[in-house]
Amino acid sequence: MLKNRIIPCLDVKNGRVVKGINFVNLKDAGDPVEQAKIYSDGGADEICFLDITASNENRDTIYDVIERTSKNCFVPLTVGGGVRSIEDINKLLNCGADKVSINTAAVKNSKVVEESSKKFGSQCIVVAIDAKNNGETWEIFTHGGRNSTGINAIEFANKMENCGAGELLVTSMDKDGTQSGYDIELMKKISSNVNIPVIASGGVGTLDHLAEGINAGASAVLAASIFHYGTYSVKEAKQYLASKDIPVRI
Amino acid sequence: MNVTIVDYNSGNISSVINSFKEVAKDKVNIEVTSDLNKIKSSDKVVLPGQGSFKSCVDALHNINGLIDTLNDFVINNKKPLLGICVGLQMFADVGFEETETKGLGWISGKVSKIDNQNGKYKLPHIGWNQISFVKDSKIFKDIENNSHMYFVHSYEFVPEDKNVISATTEYSSNIVCSVEKENIFGTQFHPEKSDKTGLKIIDNFIKL
Repeated sequence: MLKNRIIPCLDVKNGRVVKGINFVNLKDAGDPVEQAKIYSDGGADEICFLDITASNENRDTIYDVIERTSKNCFVPLTVGGGVRSIEDINKLLNCGADKVSINTAAVKNSKVVEESSKKFGSQCIVVAIDAKNNGETWEIFTHGGRNSTGINAIEFANKMENCGAGELLVTSMDKDGTQSGYDIELMKKISSNVNIPVIASGGVGTLDHLAEGINAGASAVLAASIFHYGTYSVKEAKQYLASKDIPVRI
Repeated sequence: MNVTIVDYNSGNISSVINSFKEVAKDKVNIEVTSDLNKIKSSDKVVLPGQGSFKSCVDALHNINGLIDTLNDFVINNKKPLLGICVGLQMFADVGFEETETKGLGWISGKVSKIDNQNGKYKLPHIGWNQISFVKDSKIFKDIENNSHMYFVHSYEFVPEDKNVISATTEYSSNIVCSVEKENIFGTQFHPEKSDKTGLKIIDNFIKL
């Protein structure tokens, strides 16, 4: 039986791990390679690096981080943040990333998703959807949640599936950093509308939130703070989910 | 001993390289090349593969003499080869991803899309799934039955002769996830991404 995945995410800036509260007020703590190794040894099903300020800054540091991580961790590694072109994707994959997540570039030009999934295979193309609730539905935001687009998130999810995305990483911008749980309605809506796996992200504060994400239809749950600050270990998270009859790899 | 990972522009193979180097340490030489002479003279060959069946087969054809060299290595010289993911799928006679494409024909059968049962099963089949042994395979030495392995694929290999199947995994139906036919080995899952258990499979292959 296919197991639900737990994916610890590390927000990386200038080669160091950080975690934001609603994408601002960054704190600095930790070496990403060491952290990733701790996570994979602890049973993480995948590791995710998000190069948060990459849209604005020099991002060569991330390549070195990926190279070192991929020589130490033998579980899948996803890297996102500031991925603009086929060349960017190629470089990240060559450094040792297994999947690349595309956010702003996918919104600006869906051809990037179409072409990259053809060139590298759908298995390594994740489209990251940052969505905010506007009262009626959800709207896509880009540039780390700074720019609104007016694009409907649910329709966009379908479009990305048709363009060849292998997975969708759905983050609620309302919930991210709040530790008050995923936006369950958003996760339900998107995962029931697409036939590709959805990774729920944004807002995890307790282990029960992880269970809620899976029960809403997500195939994988992503969390940063609860693991990063040691509130819970990946192992504890898995044991909790197993106790709720949610299939996980233990 | 020389183990060659065939580099034929089949997509991202850095994880395959990293994992084999990690297991081999300094004891075994790991070559990453499409050089035909180096492939001929190596003791074992790894055939990775990402992307579509068609794109991988096309990429093999794009390197002059590569398919003949691989045929010679596997069929005439009977030296061990491990195919991973689409690398395994290409053992088949034919694949149906994108368009009907001829495979290497080393193990009779076809590669077709996993039945998603009208959306009940998401595709690609991504994540950790348990493998159940169907027969003994040399690459499963010291691996426990029902171990978890990492999968990413939407197509499955359906061999004609079921005796080649060494393990299956449950997703929509019993999917063939490992084969062994004499000197030919293949895994649909990614041992290079399956943590310690996956590295053990790589170790078993290197030690054959």
